[in-house]
Amino acid sequence: MQIAALRKSVAVSFPARLGHALRRGPLHIIIIAICLLWMVPAVGLLVSSFRPPSVVTRTGWWTALHPTFHFTLDNYQKVLTTNHMGQSFVNSLFIAVPATVIPILVAAYAAYAFAWMEFPGRDWLFLIVVGLLVVPPQMTLIPVLRLYTNLHLAGTFPGLWLAHTGYGLPFAVYLLRNFFGSLPREMMESAYVDGAGPFTVFFRLVLPTSVPALASLAIFQFMWVWNDLLIALVYLGGAPSVAPMPVTISNLVNSLGQNWQLLTAAAFISMALPLTVFFTLQRYFVSGILTGSVKG
Amino acid sequence: MRSGRFFIVRQPLVLLAFVCLLAACSSNNNNKANGGNAANNAAKPVASSIAPAPGAAGTAQPGSPAAAATGAASRTASAATARAGSPTAGGTLGDPGAAALAAAGGKKLGGSVNVLGTWGGSEQDSFLAMVKPFEDATGVKVNYEGTRDLNAVLTTRVQGGNPPELAGLPGPGQMAQFAQQGKLIDLGGVLDVNAMQQQYPASWLQLAQVNGKQVGIFIKVALKGPIWYDPKTLSKFSNGQTPKTFDDLLALSDKIAQSGTTPWCEGMESGAASGWPGTDWLEDIVLRQAGPDVYDQWYQGKIKWSSPEIKQAWQTWGKIIANPKYVFGGSQTVLSTNFGDAGNPMFSNPPKCYLMHQGSFITDFFVKGTPGIKPITDFNFFMFPDIDPKYTGSAEVAGDLFGMFKDTPQARALIKYLATPEAQSIWVKRGGALSANKLVSPDIYPDQLAQEQAQIVTTTKTAKFDASDLMPDAMSTAEYKAILDYIQNPGSLDSILANLDKVQADAYKQ
Amino acid sequence: MSDRIILALVVVLGVPAALVGYLALIEWLVRGVSNHWRPRLRPWLWLLPVLAFLGVYLVYPSLKTIYLSFLDASSQKFVGLDNYRYIFTDRTNLISLRNNVLWVIFFTGAVVTFGLLIAVLTDRVRYESLARGVVFLPMAVSFVAAGVIWRFMYDYRPPSLPQTGTVNALLGAVVPGFTPHAWLIQRPLNTFAIIGASVWMWTGFAAVILAAALKGVPADVLEAARVDGAGEWQVFWRIIFPLLGTTIAVVTTTVVIIALKAFDIVYVMTNGNYDTDVIANRMYKEMFNFRNFGRASAIAVILLCAIVPVMLYNLRSFRTQEATR
Repeated sequence: MQIAALRKSVAVSFPARLGHALRRGPLHIIIIAICLLWMVPAVGLLVSSFRPPSVVTRTGWWTALHPTFHFTLDNYQKVLTTNHMGQSFVNSLFIAVPATVIPILVAAYAAYAFAWMEFPGRDWLFLIVVGLLVVPPQMTLIPVLRLYTNLHLAGTFPGLWLAHTGYGLPFAVYLLRNFFGSLPREMMESAYVDGAGPFTVFFRLVLPTSVPALASLAIFQFMWVWNDLLIALVYLGGAPSVAPMPVTISNLVNSLGQNWQLLTAAAFISMALPLTVFFTLQRYFVSGILTGSVKG
Repeated sequence: MRSGRFFIVRQPLVLLAFVCLLAACSSNNNNKANGGNAANNAAKPVASSIAPAPGAAGTAQPGSPAAAATGAASRTASAATARAGSPTAGGTLGDPGAAALAAAGGKKLGGSVNVLGTWGGSEQDSFLAMVKPFEDATGVKVNYEGTRDLNAVLTTRVQGGNPPELAGLPGPGQMAQFAQQGKLIDLGGVLDVNAMQQQYPASWLQLAQVNGKQVGIFIKVALKGPIWYDPKTLSKFSNGQTPKTFDDLLALSDKIAQSGTTPWCEGMESGAASGWPGTDWLEDIVLRQAGPDVYDQWYQGKIKWSSPEIKQAWQTWGKIIANPKYVFGGSQTVLSTNFGDAGNPMFSNPPKCYLMHQGSFITDFFVKGTPGIKPITDFNFFMFPDIDPKYTGSAEVAGDLFGMFKDTPQARALIKYLATPEAQSIWVKRGGALSANKLVSPDIYPDQLAQEQAQIVTTTKTAKFDASDLMPDAMSTAEYKAILDYIQNPGSLDSILANLDKVQADAYKQ
Repeated sequence: MSDRIILALVVVLGVPAALVGYLALIEWLVRGVSNHWRPRLRPWLWLLPVLAFLGVYLVYPSLKTIYLSFLDASSQKFVGLDNYRYIFTDRTNLISLRNNVLWVIFFTGAVVTFGLLIAVLTDRVRYESLARGVVFLPMAVSFVAAGVIWRFMYDYRPPSLPQTGTVNALLGAVVPGFTPHAWLIQRPLNTFAIIGASVWMWTGFAAVILAAALKGVPADVLEAARVDGAGEWQVFWRIIFPLLGTTIAVVTTTVVIIALKAFDIVYVMTNGNYDTDVIANRMYKEMFNFRNFGRASAIAVILLCAIVPVMLYNLRSFRTQEATR
């Protein structure tokens, strides 16, 4: 280990570095090629969002990259100045943040119990939880809405938060249980030996070392709630004061489909925040978290 | 240590920037909306000064403008002056605000009403403009929720015990299903029955009835059956004449085809409902070839799809749609092209086709797809020609139907208001809608084409509603699919019809 | 507006605080119990919140659904297995079932393979965050926007007109003698076209999870192997792959379930026309368009049953993981 570290810290001569880079060359080429491939559909959309509809239906988006350009900011302008667009952005945020925060901790408790506590029926119960992943949300809408109507939760934000929590839990428990389960047993044993109780172990050891898993879970849950349309419409309604962005965006388009070109601009506007969340949380994808803890 | 939970709070600047940006945008357009309304209100006094005070007898409130909606002041003025000269049934219309107040029983009700519909974009704006006088006059807040998944949301909320007060219904067929489940409120006690009977042709009222009870009203209607063409280009082949019979139409198509270009453009793609333009073709043909009685039996499921009359209709349609020389791009293009874009090749230079069969609402798509073209000069229509002279004078219509799911005073007032000619005129004036209400003057339509269509809608001898909207959903969905299958493979007509029969046996059971 | 902000703060700060308090409370309660009962009681208290949520939102509706699948369309009459019989004999539904099998095989295969590839490759470069972000971006797109994106990709114009679809144009430029295809209309290509669009959307999901798991692989082990002269392929196959084993199983299971539940993208692109239908879309149609609750419920139950083999596989996988811990 020492030698490897030493080797890295010693200055390397140029030919050696070039050789090193060339060996890594194919790696970079492959990655960049994949990235370019992945970007093509989105780039097509991006370019189209700057073109007027009559041109979009006649020529491919790549023709816009050379004269004559037909660029226009019309689509973006229309979307951003749509009635209630700002309000629906705030609504979306108001829906997504609690609906992301609540399931994480609730699921973490259960995941820890499934991973590190022994009790009869544990495996079968866990499988049922995982099996619930397959339940289509559409099947649950009517029974739950009836329940909500009786409890006066229909059309309220807390009702929607609880629903998103419920729908997101199977995946969250599944993912976290896997991560918690792969933690080294010694880490926790040593803590127990030192006299820590499950509460301390959970909050001081398990959660901090599972930060990448928690971060990925947060990303996914946030995004699914952010982009959700049907569940919000059913439990919360689509009135402008509460409508989230997907509802407002889908209303840019007439029932017959006119103004679909606004969707191209709206897609990017709506995408901006989830991507920001993603890049923000990427910093938690750091390696070496475990190495330190085992030694400690 | 609660890691990861306060990630959002740790990036306050980015989020704050977003929130500020979009909050600013929303406040901008709120001002804009208010400013817009101020402009509308400013337009009002202008219109009233030109409003037909002399000669405007009857129910009109003296000196009040006819509509508070948008629409260029000049258009309002010209419509008003035109109206001054033309006789309308029952005289000029009153102020929508007054109509709204009357609908609410003369009280300022306050409260709110939830409305669920499929309209988005400009349709949503038009509906909101339509209800604005109602909100102002009665103090009732109208919460409109638009969704293209109307079926899903409406079904869930009705079953879940949380229905909206008013909702748009996808068609009379589904309206009947809701009514039979007892979910729709009988409007007999809500609407002014006498006024309705005076203002609407009987066939329109009947369409919104189930078991003799009035359960819906038509907010706006559309005409199906126009065949669109560019007068400048078609005249080369038609010598200024429009085909009067279906045989004439086929002859015209043949003439064009022989010159080397395909005569027809069609597009079937429409997302989840792809195939519906084909059903309009079939309906027009059945109505004119087999007659109104067979038409009725057809949508009621009393006559099989494989029966000679219906099969003949498919084959007649096949003469056009299944002939690769007749349709631009052949079957692949027809299936892949969105119905709204299908007309664009008509206006290209040189034109790739000359004729297109589509409903009255297609004009907006024409103008968006080829900016700068104008009605009458660049595009015009003739009605689907007769096939059997016995059945002349028929037309196919469609409309947006509204029903009441929850009985509240505000909902009653709103639905009563929406049926009045004053309210309907608002949307009509903005364009993109026709009204079945006889009191809505033809002159307020934004262009001559819409006027002609409105005339046809309210005066046709035999007006039949779009059959696929009358059928149960399972049947119409199967029909859409059958249309697509037929275009892709016309030779398999018999098996397609046999499958439709199977679905029919099942679908009408509920 | 301000009361909403207050509510949001209360929830975002208060709920976690309450949950932490709950845990402290149950730990304190459990301490008062005898040693014998403690490990029997504790897990259930930890599980209580989850079980409550799942019970209300998923278990109760599922049981209701199973019950409804034996009733008729408006849930009035008992019809036994009629609904199931219909589903397994009707051609449209059989095609949907076949399509779901195609989805499970090809969608899962592609997503997991590409996801793993990207996770492993990007782990080695400095700009990994950006590269993963590019692959992840499609997940941030709503399915409505995805429909628009892929409409541009698969668009078809007759050969006489310039092509507007990316795929047709690209193939037309590269492949000699290529005539444009209507990708969403030609069977059976269209199912694969939609699967392709979905792979584009979901690979980022697999990549992100696998990347997170990769971070848990001790760096010193990898470094040691490389220093000892192991080639990249060996490092991957001998070290990374086994260590990631359970995560790969989790990702695969989840992706299989996503394949079974595939709905949004099919609904938006073709609505199941031209033989592209999938059972989730059939369920949606039966339920909301045809209002046949019996059949819709039966389809849902079939979905629930399809998960059983997946669950059993997971059971084995976890037992193995337990054994090695």
